[in-house]
Amino acid sequence: MPKTRPLPRGVAMVGAGMSKFGAFAEKNSRDLFVESYKAMTKSVDKGFDPSRIEAMYVGNFSSDQFEHQAHLAPILADAVGLLPIPATRVEDACASGGVALRQGVMAIASGMADVVLVGGSEKMTALKTAEVTEALATAADVAFEIPAGFTFPGFYAAMASAYMDRYGMKSEHLMNVAVKNHDNAALNPNAQFGVTIQNWMEGRVAAAIKKGKPAPTWSTIWDFLHDEGGNPTIAYPLRLFDCSPISDGAASVLLVADEIAHEFSDHPIHIIGSAQASGSALHDRPELTSIPAAKTAATIAYEMAGVTSKDIRIAEVHDCFTIAEVIASEDLGFFAPGEGFKAAEDGVTARNGAKPINTSGGLKAKGHPVGASGVAQAVEVFKQMRGQAEARQVDGDISLALTHNVGATGSTCTVHVYERRN
Amino acid sequence: MLHFVQHDKRENTMSEETTTIRPFTQAAFNQYLAEHKLMTVKCTKCGGVYAPPREICPKCHSDEMEWVEANGKGKLAGFTVIYSGPTFMVEQGFDKKNPYVSGIVELEEGTFISARVTGLDMSKPEEIKVGTSLTVDFAEFGEGEAKKTYLAFKA
Repeated sequence: MPKTRPLPRGVAMVGAGMSKFGAFAEKNSRDLFVESYKAMTKSVDKGFDPSRIEAMYVGNFSSDQFEHQAHLAPILADAVGLLPIPATRVEDACASGGVALRQGVMAIASGMADVVLVGGSEKMTALKTAEVTEALATAADVAFEIPAGFTFPGFYAAMASAYMDRYGMKSEHLMNVAVKNHDNAALNPNAQFGVTIQNWMEGRVAAAIKKGKPAPTWSTIWDFLHDEGGNPTIAYPLRLFDCSPISDGAASVLLVADEIAHEFSDHPIHIIGSAQASGSALHDRPELTSIPAAKTAATIAYEMAGVTSKDIRIAEVHDCFTIAEVIASEDLGFFAPGEGFKAAEDGVTARNGAKPINTSGGLKAKGHPVGASGVAQAVEVFKQMRGQAEARQVDGDISLALTHNVGATGSTCTVHVYERRN
Repeated sequence: MLHFVQHDKRENTMSEETTTIRPFTQAAFNQYLAEHKLMTVKCTKCGGVYAPPREICPKCHSDEMEWVEANGKGKLAGFTVIYSGPTFMVEQGFDKKNPYVSGIVELEEGTFISARVTGLDMSKPEEIKVGTSLTVDFAEFGEGEAKKTYLAFKA
Protein backbone atom coordinates (compact mmCIF):
# COMPACT_ATOMS: atom_id res chain seq x y z
CA MET A 1 0.00 0.00 0.00
CA PRO A 2 1.22 3.54 -0.68
CA LYS A 3 2.18 5.33 2.54
CA THR A 4 1.85 8.95 3.49
CA ARG A 5 5.20 10.51 4.25
CA PRO A 6 5.95 14.21 4.61
CA LEU A 7 8.14 15.70 1.88
CA PRO A 8 11.71 15.41 3.19
CA ARG A 9 12.51 18.79 1.64
CA GLY A 10 10.25 21.63 0.52
CA VAL A 11 9.56 22.16 -3.19
CA ALA A 12 8.48 25.40 -4.85
CA MET A 13 7.21 26.26 -8.31
CA VAL A 14 8.81 29.52 -9.47
CA GLY A 15 7.92 29.52 -13.16
CA ALA A 16 5.11 28.18 -15.34
CA GLY A 17 4.13 28.60 -18.96
CA MET A 18 2.26 26.88 -21.75
CA SER A 19 2.06 26.95 -25.51
CA LYS A 20 -1.21 27.82 -27.12
CA PHE A 21 -3.31 24.64 -27.32
CA GLY A 22 -4.98 23.78 -30.61
CA ALA A 23 -4.36 22.09 -33.95
CA PHE A 24 -1.14 23.32 -35.52
CA ALA A 25 -0.14 21.69 -38.80
CA GLU A 26 3.23 23.48 -38.75
CA LYS A 27 4.30 22.55 -35.21
CA ASN A 28 5.59 19.28 -33.74
CA SER A 29 5.95 18.31 -30.08
CA ARG A 30 9.43 19.86 -30.00
CA ASP A 31 8.25 23.25 -31.32
CA LEU A 32 5.36 23.27 -28.87
CA PHE A 33 7.64 22.41 -25.96
CA VAL A 34 10.05 25.23 -26.85
CA GLU A 35 7.07 27.62 -26.94
CA SER A 36 6.03 26.54 -23.43
CA TYR A 37 9.62 26.72 -22.13
CA LYS A 38 10.00 30.30 -23.37
CA ALA A 39 6.71 31.27 -21.69
CA MET A 40 7.93 29.60 -18.48
CA THR A 41 11.26 31.47 -18.47
CA LYS A 42 9.43 34.80 -18.89
CA SER A 43 7.28 33.99 -15.86
CA VAL A 44 10.24 33.66 -13.46
CA ASP A 45 10.04 36.97 -11.56
CA LYS A 46 13.77 37.49 -10.99
CA GLY A 47 14.96 35.67 -14.10
CA PHE A 48 17.38 32.77 -13.88
CA ASP A 49 20.35 31.14 -15.54
CA PRO A 50 19.08 28.04 -17.43
CA SER A 51 22.38 26.30 -16.69
CA ARG A 52 21.11 25.95 -13.11
CA ILE A 53 18.60 23.33 -14.33
CA GLU A 54 19.92 19.92 -13.28
CA ALA A 55 17.29 17.51 -14.60
CA MET A 56 14.18 17.38 -16.73
CA TYR A 57 11.08 15.17 -16.66
CA VAL A 58 8.65 15.36 -19.54
CA GLY A 59 5.17 13.89 -19.78
CA ASN A 60 4.36 12.43 -23.17
CA PHE A 61 1.87 9.68 -23.86
CA SER A 62 2.75 8.49 -27.30
CA SER A 63 4.97 10.46 -29.62
CA ASP A 64 5.76 6.99 -31.02
CA GLN A 65 2.22 6.59 -32.33
CA PHE A 66 1.39 10.25 -32.97
CA GLU A 67 4.64 11.39 -34.60
CA HIS A 68 6.63 8.19 -35.15
CA GLN A 69 9.20 9.60 -32.75
CA ALA A 70 10.26 7.73 -29.62
CA HIS A 71 12.98 8.73 -27.15
CA LEU A 72 11.58 12.24 -26.98
CA ALA A 73 13.07 13.58 -23.74
CA PRO A 74 16.69 14.21 -24.85
CA ILE A 75 15.39 15.76 -28.07
CA LEU A 76 13.32 18.22 -26.05
CA ALA A 77 16.22 18.92 -23.66
CA ASP A 78 18.44 19.64 -26.66
CA ALA A 79 15.82 21.88 -28.26
CA VAL A 80 15.85 24.18 -25.21
CA GLY A 81 19.66 24.07 -24.92
CA LEU A 82 19.90 22.05 -21.73
CA LEU A 83 22.22 19.19 -22.73
CA PRO A 84 23.72 17.21 -21.04
CA ILE A 85 21.20 17.18 -18.16
CA PRO A 86 19.40 13.88 -17.58
CA ALA A 87 16.09 14.06 -19.46
CA THR A 88 13.41 11.46 -18.82
CA ARG A 89 10.16 10.86 -20.63
CA VAL A 90 7.35 9.78 -18.35
CA GLU A 91 4.40 7.79 -19.68
CA ASP A 92 1.21 7.04 -17.78
CA ALA A 93 -1.28 7.80 -20.54
CA CYS A 94 -3.21 11.05 -19.95
CA ALA A 95 -1.64 11.30 -16.47
CA SER A 96 1.87 11.49 -17.95
CA GLY A 97 2.14 15.18 -17.12
CA GLY A 98 1.02 14.79 -13.51
CA VAL A 99 3.40 11.89 -13.04
CA ALA A 100 6.26 13.92 -14.57
CA LEU A 101 5.47 16.70 -12.10
CA ARG A 102 5.63 14.20 -9.26
CA GLN A 103 9.00 12.91 -10.51
CA GLY A 104 10.29 16.49 -10.43
CA VAL A 105 8.95 16.97 -6.90
CA MET A 106 10.66 13.75 -5.79
CA ALA A 107 13.98 14.72 -7.41
CA ILE A 108 14.08 17.94 -5.39
CA ALA A 109 12.54 16.58 -2.19
CA SER A 110 15.10 13.76 -2.13
CA GLY A 111 17.98 16.20 -2.38
CA MET A 112 19.17 14.79 -5.71
CA ALA A 113 18.60 18.15 -7.43
CA ASP A 114 17.88 21.79 -6.54
CA VAL A 115 16.41 22.99 -9.86
CA VAL A 116 14.27 20.78 -12.13
CA LEU A 117 12.35 21.46 -15.32
CA VAL A 118 9.04 19.61 -15.68
CA GLY A 119 7.37 19.59 -19.07
CA GLY A 120 4.63 17.91 -20.98
CA SER A 121 4.17 17.85 -24.74
CA GLU A 122 1.91 16.06 -27.17
CA LYS A 123 1.33 16.46 -30.90
CA MET A 124 -1.87 14.59 -31.78
CA THR A 125 -3.41 16.18 -34.85
CA ALA A 126 -1.04 14.77 -37.47
CA LEU A 127 -3.15 11.60 -37.47
CA LYS A 128 -6.73 11.20 -38.64
CA THR A 129 -9.41 11.17 -35.92
CA ALA A 130 -9.94 7.39 -36.18
CA GLU A 131 -6.19 6.82 -35.85
CA VAL A 132 -6.00 9.08 -32.80
CA THR A 133 -8.92 7.19 -31.23
CA GLU A 134 -7.06 3.92 -31.76
CA ALA A 135 -3.79 5.32 -30.41
CA LEU A 136 -5.60 6.51 -27.27
CA ALA A 137 -7.28 3.10 -26.92
CA THR A 138 -3.84 1.57 -26.25
CA ALA A 139 -4.02 3.29 -22.85
CA ALA A 140 -6.77 0.81 -21.92
CA ASP A 141 -6.35 -2.94 -21.35
CA VAL A 142 -5.92 -4.02 -24.95
CA ALA A 143 -6.23 -7.70 -24.01
CA PHE A 144 -9.53 -7.64 -22.16
CA GLU A 145 -11.28 -4.28 -22.60
CA ILE A 146 -10.81 -3.33 -26.22
CA PRO A 147 -12.27 -6.55 -27.76
CA ALA A 148 -15.64 -5.48 -26.28
CA GLY A 149 -15.51 -2.56 -28.71
CA PHE A 150 -14.88 0.12 -26.08
CA THR A 151 -13.47 3.48 -27.08
CA PHE A 152 -12.47 6.14 -24.52
CA PRO A 153 -15.72 8.05 -24.95
CA GLY A 154 -17.35 4.62 -24.52
CA PHE A 155 -15.64 3.88 -21.18
CA TYR A 156 -16.66 7.21 -19.71
CA ALA A 157 -20.14 6.79 -21.21
CA ALA A 158 -20.44 3.47 -19.35
CA MET A 159 -19.41 5.27 -16.14
CA ALA A 160 -22.04 7.93 -16.90
CA SER A 161 -24.72 5.28 -17.45
CA ALA A 162 -23.96 3.75 -14.04
CA TYR A 163 -23.92 7.21 -12.41
CA MET A 164 -27.26 8.16 -14.01
CA ASP A 165 -28.80 4.89 -12.82
CA ARG A 166 -27.47 5.25 -9.28
CA TYR A 167 -28.02 8.95 -8.65
CA GLY A 168 -30.84 9.94 -11.00
CA MET A 169 -28.70 12.29 -13.07
CA LYS A 170 -29.93 13.03 -16.60
CA SER A 171 -27.44 13.31 -19.45
CA GLU A 172 -28.61 16.95 -19.78
CA HIS A 173 -26.99 17.73 -16.44
CA LEU A 174 -23.58 17.08 -17.96
CA MET A 175 -24.14 19.97 -20.37
CA ASN A 176 -23.73 22.37 -17.45
CA VAL A 177 -20.10 21.25 -17.10
CA ALA A 178 -19.41 21.88 -20.79
CA VAL A 179 -21.08 25.32 -20.70
CA LYS A 180 -19.06 26.36 -17.61
CA ASN A 181 -15.75 25.16 -19.02
CA HIS A 182 -16.33 26.90 -22.35
CA ASP A 183 -17.23 30.10 -20.44
CA ASN A 184 -13.84 29.87 -18.69
CA ALA A 185 -11.90 28.97 -21.84
CA ALA A 186 -13.38 32.01 -23.59
CA LEU A 187 -11.24 34.07 -21.18
CA ASN A 188 -8.08 32.00 -21.68
CA PRO A 189 -5.96 33.19 -24.62
CA ASN A 190 -4.14 29.81 -24.73
CA ALA A 191 -7.31 27.73 -24.98
CA GLN A 192 -8.03 25.63 -28.05
CA PHE A 193 -11.71 26.56 -27.94
CA GLY A 194 -11.68 30.09 -26.58
CA VAL A 195 -15.38 30.56 -27.24
CA THR A 196 -18.54 30.15 -25.23
CA ILE A 197 -21.06 27.61 -26.49
CA GLN A 198 -23.31 30.59 -27.35
CA ASN A 199 -20.54 31.94 -29.63
CA TRP A 200 -20.01 28.49 -31.08
CA MET A 201 -23.71 28.09 -31.90
CA GLU A 202 -23.90 31.57 -33.47
CA GLY A 203 -20.81 30.69 -35.54
CA ARG A 204 -22.53 27.57 -36.83
CA VAL A 205 -25.62 29.56 -37.82
CA ALA A 206 -23.52 32.26 -39.53
CA ALA A 207 -21.52 29.61 -41.42
CA ALA A 208 -24.71 27.94 -42.67
CA ILE A 209 -26.11 31.28 -43.89
CA LYS A 210 -22.83 32.13 -45.60
CA LYS A 211 -22.89 28.81 -47.47
CA GLY A 212 -26.50 29.48 -48.54
CA LYS A 213 -27.77 26.51 -46.51
CA PRO A 214 -30.91 26.69 -44.38
CA ALA A 215 -29.96 28.25 -41.03
CA PRO A 216 -30.47 25.99 -38.00
CA THR A 217 -33.33 27.17 -35.80
CA TRP A 218 -31.63 26.89 -32.41
CA SER A 219 -32.92 29.74 -30.24
CA THR A 220 -30.86 28.92 -27.14
CA ILE A 221 -27.71 26.95 -26.40
CA TRP A 222 -29.95 24.31 -24.82
CA ASP A 223 -31.71 23.80 -28.17
CA PHE A 224 -28.28 23.51 -29.76
CA LEU A 225 -26.95 21.06 -27.18
CA HIS A 226 -30.05 18.85 -27.40
CA ASP A 227 -29.94 18.72 -31.22
CA GLU A 228 -28.11 15.86 -32.93
CA GLY A 229 -27.19 18.35 -35.66
CA GLY A 230 -25.44 20.63 -33.18
CA ASN A 231 -24.26 18.14 -30.59
CA PRO A 232 -24.21 14.61 -32.02
CA THR A 233 -24.09 11.53 -29.80
CA ILE A 234 -20.61 10.00 -29.83
CA ALA A 235 -21.07 7.18 -27.34
CA TYR A 236 -24.46 7.23 -25.63
CA PRO A 237 -25.07 8.99 -23.26
CA LEU A 238 -22.10 11.23 -24.16
CA ARG A 239 -22.34 13.76 -26.96
CA LEU A 240 -19.70 15.78 -28.79
CA PHE A 241 -19.74 18.60 -26.21
CA ASP A 242 -19.16 16.10 -23.42
CA CYS A 243 -15.76 15.22 -24.93
CA SER A 244 -12.39 16.95 -24.80
CA PRO A 245 -10.83 17.62 -28.22
CA ILE A 246 -7.80 16.19 -30.00
CA SER A 247 -5.06 18.73 -29.36
CA ASP A 248 -1.48 19.80 -29.86
CA GLY A 249 0.22 21.59 -27.00
CA ALA A 250 2.89 21.75 -24.32
CA ALA A 251 3.45 23.12 -20.83
CA SER A 252 6.50 23.71 -18.63
CA VAL A 253 7.08 24.51 -14.97
CA LEU A 254 10.26 25.22 -13.02
CA LEU A 255 10.62 23.54 -9.64
CA VAL A 256 13.28 24.53 -7.09
CA ALA A 257 14.14 23.67 -3.51
CA ASP A 258 12.29 25.88 -1.00
CA GLU A 259 15.53 27.25 0.44
CA ILE A 260 16.63 28.79 -2.88
CA ALA A 261 13.16 29.85 -4.09
CA HIS A 262 13.79 33.48 -3.06
CA GLU A 263 16.57 33.64 -5.69
CA PHE A 264 13.91 33.15 -8.37
CA SER A 265 10.80 34.81 -6.99
CA ASP A 266 9.32 36.51 -3.95
CA HIS A 267 6.02 34.79 -4.74
CA PRO A 268 6.76 31.09 -5.16
CA ILE A 269 4.00 28.50 -5.09
CA HIS A 270 4.88 25.63 -2.77
CA ILE A 271 3.93 22.06 -3.65
CA ILE A 272 2.97 20.61 -0.28
CA GLY A 273 1.19 17.43 -1.34
CA SER A 274 2.11 15.05 -4.17
CA ALA A 275 0.49 11.66 -4.53
CA GLN A 276 -0.06 9.02 -7.16
CA ALA A 277 -2.10 5.81 -7.17
CA SER A 278 -2.85 3.05 -9.66
CA GLY A 279 -6.11 1.31 -10.47
CA SER A 280 -7.43 -1.65 -12.40
CA ALA A 281 -9.19 -1.84 -15.73
CA LEU A 282 -12.67 -0.30 -15.49
CA HIS A 283 -14.38 -3.69 -15.21
CA ASP A 284 -12.33 -4.76 -12.17
CA ARG A 285 -13.69 -2.11 -9.82
CA PRO A 286 -16.31 -2.47 -7.11
CA GLU A 287 -18.31 0.41 -8.62
CA LEU A 288 -18.26 2.45 -11.83
CA THR A 289 -19.35 5.72 -10.24
CA SER A 290 -16.01 6.67 -8.67
CA ILE A 291 -12.31 6.19 -9.38
CA PRO A 292 -10.54 4.39 -6.52
CA ALA A 293 -7.06 5.59 -7.55
CA ALA A 294 -8.27 9.20 -7.37
CA LYS A 295 -9.66 8.70 -3.88
CA THR A 296 -6.40 7.09 -2.71
CA ALA A 297 -4.21 9.80 -4.26
CA ALA A 298 -6.42 12.54 -2.82
CA THR A 299 -6.35 11.06 0.68
CA ILE A 300 -2.56 10.84 0.63
CA ALA A 301 -2.05 14.30 -0.89
CA TYR A 302 -4.33 15.91 1.72
CA GLU A 303 -2.54 14.09 4.54
CA MET A 304 0.88 15.13 3.23
CA ALA A 305 -0.28 18.72 2.96
CA GLY A 306 -2.08 18.68 6.31
CA VAL A 307 -5.24 20.08 4.72
CA THR A 308 -8.75 18.86 3.89
CA SER A 309 -10.87 19.16 0.77
CA LYS A 310 -12.72 22.07 2.40
CA ASP A 311 -9.51 24.12 2.53
CA ILE A 312 -8.94 23.96 -1.24
CA ARG A 313 -9.99 27.23 -2.90
CA ILE A 314 -9.70 26.22 -6.60
CA ALA A 315 -9.01 23.00 -8.46
CA GLU A 316 -8.03 21.95 -11.95
CA VAL A 317 -9.47 18.45 -12.44
CA HIS A 318 -9.21 15.93 -15.25
CA ASP A 319 -12.37 16.59 -17.30
CA CYS A 320 -11.47 14.51 -20.37
CA PHE A 321 -15.25 14.02 -20.45
CA THR A 322 -17.89 16.01 -18.57
CA ILE A 323 -18.80 13.00 -16.41
CA ALA A 324 -15.11 12.78 -15.40
CA GLU A 325 -15.29 16.26 -13.82
CA VAL A 326 -18.43 15.29 -11.89
CA ILE A 327 -16.84 12.09 -10.57
CA ALA A 328 -13.53 13.88 -9.81
CA SER A 329 -15.32 16.52 -7.75
CA GLU A 330 -16.72 13.72 -5.59
CA ASP A 331 -13.55 11.59 -5.43
CA LEU A 332 -11.65 14.67 -4.22
CA GLY A 333 -14.17 15.18 -1.42
CA PHE A 334 -15.55 18.51 -2.67
CA PHE A 335 -19.06 17.07 -2.89
CA ALA A 336 -20.77 13.94 -1.54
CA PRO A 337 -21.26 11.01 -3.92
CA GLY A 338 -24.21 11.78 -6.17
CA GLU A 339 -24.02 15.54 -5.51
CA GLY A 340 -21.28 16.52 -7.96
CA PHE A 341 -23.57 16.88 -10.96
CA LYS A 342 -25.70 19.42 -9.10
CA ALA A 343 -22.68 21.62 -8.36
CA ALA A 344 -22.19 22.66 -11.98
CA GLU A 345 -25.94 23.24 -12.37
CA ASP A 346 -26.06 25.41 -9.24
CA GLY A 347 -22.99 27.44 -10.20
CA VAL A 348 -20.91 26.22 -7.24
CA THR A 349 -18.03 25.22 -9.54
CA ALA A 350 -18.25 28.38 -11.68
CA ARG A 351 -15.44 30.93 -11.59
CA ASN A 352 -17.39 33.06 -9.11
CA GLY A 353 -18.75 30.07 -7.18
CA ALA A 354 -17.74 28.67 -3.81
CA LYS A 355 -15.49 25.99 -5.35
CA PRO A 356 -14.26 27.07 -8.79
CA ILE A 357 -13.23 24.06 -10.91
CA ASN A 358 -11.29 24.27 -14.17
CA THR A 359 -10.98 28.04 -14.43
CA SER A 360 -8.61 27.41 -17.36
CA GLY A 361 -11.45 25.90 -19.38
CA GLY A 362 -10.35 22.41 -18.42
CA LEU A 363 -9.36 19.67 -20.80
CA LYS A 364 -12.81 20.09 -22.33
CA ALA A 365 -12.29 23.57 -23.76
CA LYS A 366 -8.68 24.55 -23.12
CA GLY A 367 -7.71 21.37 -24.99
CA HIS A 368 -6.18 18.01 -24.08
CA PRO A 369 -2.76 17.33 -25.60
CA VAL A 370 -2.63 14.32 -23.32
CA GLY A 371 0.94 14.32 -21.98
CA ALA A 372 0.86 18.09 -21.45
CA SER A 373 -2.46 18.30 -19.61
CA GLY A 374 -1.19 17.48 -16.10
CA VAL A 375 1.52 20.13 -16.37
CA ALA A 376 -0.83 22.71 -17.88
CA GLN A 377 -3.06 22.27 -14.81
CA ALA A 378 -0.09 23.37 -12.66
CA VAL A 379 0.40 26.37 -14.96
CA GLU A 380 -3.19 27.48 -14.32
CA VAL A 381 -2.98 27.23 -10.52
CA PHE A 382 0.38 29.07 -10.62
CA LYS A 383 -1.28 31.96 -12.45
CA GLN A 384 -4.45 31.96 -10.37
CA MET A 385 -2.62 31.79 -7.03
CA ARG A 386 -0.36 34.70 -8.02
CA GLY A 387 -3.23 36.84 -9.33
CA GLN A 388 -2.00 36.61 -12.93
CA ALA A 389 -4.98 34.88 -14.55
CA GLU A 390 -6.19 38.11 -16.17
CA ALA A 391 -9.84 38.09 -17.26
CA ARG A 392 -10.53 34.71 -15.63
CA GLN A 393 -8.90 35.58 -12.29
CA VAL A 394 -10.83 34.20 -9.33
CA ASP A 395 -11.57 36.88 -6.71
CA GLY A 396 -9.90 36.90 -3.32
CA ASP A 397 -6.91 35.16 -1.85
CA ILE A 398 -6.11 31.70 -3.12
CA SER A 399 -3.80 30.20 -0.55
CA LEU A 400 -4.52 26.54 -1.39
CA ALA A 401 -5.16 24.91 -4.76
CA LEU A 402 -5.23 21.38 -6.18
CA THR A 403 -4.61 19.58 -9.47
CA HIS A 404 -6.00 16.13 -10.34
CA ASN A 405 -4.73 14.27 -13.41
CA VAL A 406 -6.07 10.89 -14.57
CA GLY A 407 -4.65 8.27 -16.92
CA ALA A 408 -7.13 6.20 -18.95
CA THR A 409 -10.27 5.44 -16.93
CA GLY A 410 -8.39 5.90 -13.66
CA SER A 411 -5.61 3.32 -13.94
CA THR A 412 -3.35 6.19 -12.87
CA CYS A 413 -4.21 9.27 -10.87
CA THR A 414 -2.02 12.04 -9.46
CA VAL A 415 -3.13 14.72 -7.02
CA HIS A 416 -1.01 17.75 -6.12
CA VAL A 417 -1.72 20.38 -3.46
CA TYR A 418 -0.25 23.89 -3.80
CA GLU A 419 0.22 26.62 -1.21
CA ARG A 420 0.90 30.35 -1.50
CA ARG A 421 2.51 31.80 1.61
CA ASN A 422 3.06 35.41 0.53
CA MET B 1 -12.71 -32.96 -19.23
CA LEU B 2 -10.34 -30.43 -20.74
CA HIS B 3 -7.56 -31.66 -22.93
CA PHE B 4 -4.68 -29.47 -23.85
CA VAL B 5 -1.76 -30.53 -25.96
CA GLN B 6 1.43 -28.98 -24.68
CA HIS B 7 4.21 -28.06 -27.08
CA ASP B 8 7.55 -28.88 -25.51
CA LYS B 9 9.86 -26.35 -27.14
CA ARG B 10 13.06 -27.77 -25.61
CA GLU B 11 12.70 -31.00 -27.55
CA ASN B 12 10.93 -29.29 -30.41
CA THR B 13 8.44 -32.11 -30.49
CA MET B 14 4.83 -32.32 -29.54
CA SER B 15 4.56 -34.02 -26.19
CA GLU B 16 2.04 -36.78 -25.76
CA GLU B 17 1.35 -35.34 -22.35
CA THR B 18 -2.03 -33.74 -21.82
CA THR B 19 -3.00 -31.67 -18.86
CA THR B 20 -6.20 -30.35 -17.39
CA ILE B 21 -4.65 -27.00 -16.52
CA ARG B 22 -4.14 -24.34 -19.14
CA PRO B 23 -2.01 -21.31 -18.29
CA PHE B 24 -3.92 -18.32 -16.87
CA THR B 25 -3.26 -16.17 -19.91
CA GLN B 26 -5.11 -14.12 -22.50
CA ALA B 27 -4.36 -16.82 -25.10
CA ALA B 28 -5.91 -19.55 -22.97
CA PHE B 29 -8.92 -17.36 -22.12
CA ASN B 30 -9.45 -16.68 -25.83
CA GLN B 31 -9.07 -20.37 -26.66
CA TYR B 32 -11.86 -21.11 -24.17
CA LEU B 33 -13.97 -18.38 -25.81
CA ALA B 34 -13.44 -20.08 -29.17
CA GLU B 35 -14.84 -23.22 -27.50
CA HIS B 36 -17.80 -21.12 -26.31
CA LYS B 37 -16.79 -21.25 -22.69
CA LEU B 38 -16.54 -18.21 -20.42
CA MET B 39 -13.96 -19.15 -17.82
CA THR B 40 -13.15 -17.43 -14.56
CA VAL B 41 -10.12 -18.18 -12.41
CA LYS B 42 -10.52 -19.02 -8.75
CA CYS B 43 -7.90 -18.70 -6.04
CA THR B 44 -7.69 -22.06 -4.29
CA LYS B 45 -6.36 -20.36 -1.14
CA CYS B 46 -8.89 -17.58 -0.47
CA GLY B 47 -11.66 -18.41 -2.93
CA GLY B 48 -11.44 -15.11 -4.83
CA VAL B 49 -12.98 -15.39 -8.32
CA TYR B 50 -11.66 -13.33 -11.23
CA ALA B 51 -12.42 -12.64 -14.85
CA PRO B 52 -10.37 -11.89 -16.90
CA PRO B 53 -7.79 -14.46 -15.76
CA ARG B 54 -4.86 -13.65 -13.50
CA GLU B 55 -1.98 -15.76 -12.28
CA ILE B 56 -1.62 -14.16 -8.87
CA CYS B 57 -4.49 -13.47 -6.49
CA PRO B 58 -4.64 -9.73 -5.70
CA LYS B 59 -6.39 -10.43 -2.38
CA CYS B 60 -4.05 -13.01 -0.79
CA HIS B 61 -1.10 -13.01 -3.26
CA SER B 62 -1.33 -16.78 -3.73
CA ASP B 63 -0.40 -18.15 -7.15
CA GLU B 64 -2.49 -21.27 -6.81
CA MET B 65 -5.34 -20.64 -9.20
CA GLU B 66 -7.81 -22.87 -11.03
CA TRP B 67 -10.09 -22.38 -14.02
CA VAL B 68 -13.81 -22.49 -13.23
CA GLU B 69 -16.45 -22.10 -15.91
CA ALA B 70 -18.84 -19.23 -15.23
CA ASN B 71 -22.53 -20.08 -15.15
CA GLY B 72 -23.04 -17.52 -17.88
CA LYS B 73 -25.55 -15.34 -16.05
CA GLY B 74 -24.98 -11.71 -15.24
CA LYS B 75 -26.39 -8.24 -15.26
CA LEU B 76 -25.52 -4.98 -16.95
CA ALA B 77 -23.48 -2.71 -14.64
CA GLY B 78 -22.78 0.03 -17.19
CA PHE B 79 -23.07 0.43 -20.94
CA THR B 80 -22.62 2.64 -23.94
CA VAL B 81 -23.99 2.68 -27.47
CA ILE B 82 -21.08 3.37 -29.81
CA TYR B 83 -21.73 4.99 -33.18
CA SER B 84 -18.11 5.39 -34.23
CA GLY B 85 -15.94 2.45 -33.25
CA PRO B 86 -12.36 1.39 -33.85
CA THR B 87 -11.29 0.00 -37.23
CA PHE B 88 -11.78 -3.65 -36.29
CA MET B 89 -15.37 -2.94 -35.31
CA VAL B 90 -15.96 -1.08 -38.57
CA GLU B 91 -14.54 -4.09 -40.41
CA GLN B 92 -17.06 -6.23 -38.53
CA GLY B 93 -19.86 -4.11 -39.99
CA PHE B 94 -20.55 -1.57 -37.24
CA ASP B 95 -21.01 2.11 -38.00
CA LYS B 96 -23.30 5.07 -37.34
CA LYS B 97 -26.25 3.28 -38.93
CA ASN B 98 -25.43 -0.01 -37.24
CA PRO B 99 -24.18 0.93 -33.76
CA TYR B 100 -23.26 -1.55 -31.05
CA VAL B 101 -23.34 -1.79 -27.27
CA SER B 102 -20.24 -2.28 -25.13
CA GLY B 103 -20.89 -3.06 -21.52
CA ILE B 104 -19.48 -3.89 -18.14
CA VAL B 105 -21.18 -7.10 -16.99
CA GLU B 106 -21.41 -8.24 -13.38
CA LEU B 107 -21.27 -12.03 -13.40
CA GLU B 108 -23.34 -14.01 -10.91
CA GLU B 109 -20.01 -15.16 -9.50
CA GLY B 110 -19.48 -11.55 -8.33
CA THR B 111 -16.73 -10.51 -10.71
CA PHE B 112 -17.05 -8.06 -13.62
CA ILE B 113 -15.94 -8.23 -17.25
CA SER B 114 -16.07 -6.07 -20.41
CA ALA B 115 -18.22 -7.55 -23.17
CA ARG B 116 -20.32 -6.76 -26.19
CA VAL B 117 -24.02 -6.71 -25.42
CA THR B 118 -26.65 -7.81 -27.93
CA GLY B 119 -30.43 -7.97 -27.99
CA LEU B 120 -31.01 -4.37 -26.83
CA ASP B 121 -33.02 -1.76 -28.74
CA MET B 122 -30.32 0.69 -29.75
CA SER B 123 -32.84 3.03 -31.36
CA LYS B 124 -33.95 3.90 -27.81
CA PRO B 125 -30.76 3.93 -25.74
CA GLU B 126 -32.46 5.94 -22.98
CA GLU B 127 -34.65 2.90 -22.34
CA ILE B 128 -31.73 0.52 -21.83
CA LYS B 129 -31.55 -0.19 -18.11
CA VAL B 130 -28.52 -0.76 -15.92
CA GLY B 131 -29.28 -3.98 -14.06
CA THR B 132 -30.76 -5.76 -17.12
CA SER B 133 -30.34 -9.55 -16.83
CA LEU B 134 -27.96 -11.04 -19.39
CA THR B 135 -26.77 -14.45 -20.50
CA VAL B 136 -23.42 -15.23 -22.05
CA ASP B 137 -23.12 -15.37 -25.83
CA PHE B 138 -20.21 -15.68 -28.22
CA ALA B 139 -19.88 -13.41 -31.24
CA GLU B 140 -17.91 -14.83 -34.15
CA PHE B 141 -16.40 -12.87 -36.99
CA GLY B 142 -14.24 -14.02 -39.91
CA GLU B 143 -13.74 -17.40 -41.54
CA GLY B 144 -11.25 -20.23 -41.11
CA GLU B 145 -7.87 -19.17 -39.71
CA ALA B 146 -9.09 -15.59 -39.38
CA LYS B 147 -12.13 -16.54 -37.30
CA LYS B 148 -12.25 -14.72 -33.98
CA THR B 149 -14.63 -15.26 -31.10
CA TYR B 150 -15.57 -12.33 -28.90
CA LEU B 151 -17.21 -12.42 -25.50
CA ALA B 152 -20.77 -11.17 -25.71
CA PHE B 153 -23.85 -11.19 -23.53
CA LYS B 154 -27.44 -11.07 -24.75
CA ALA B 155 -30.33 -9.38 -23.05
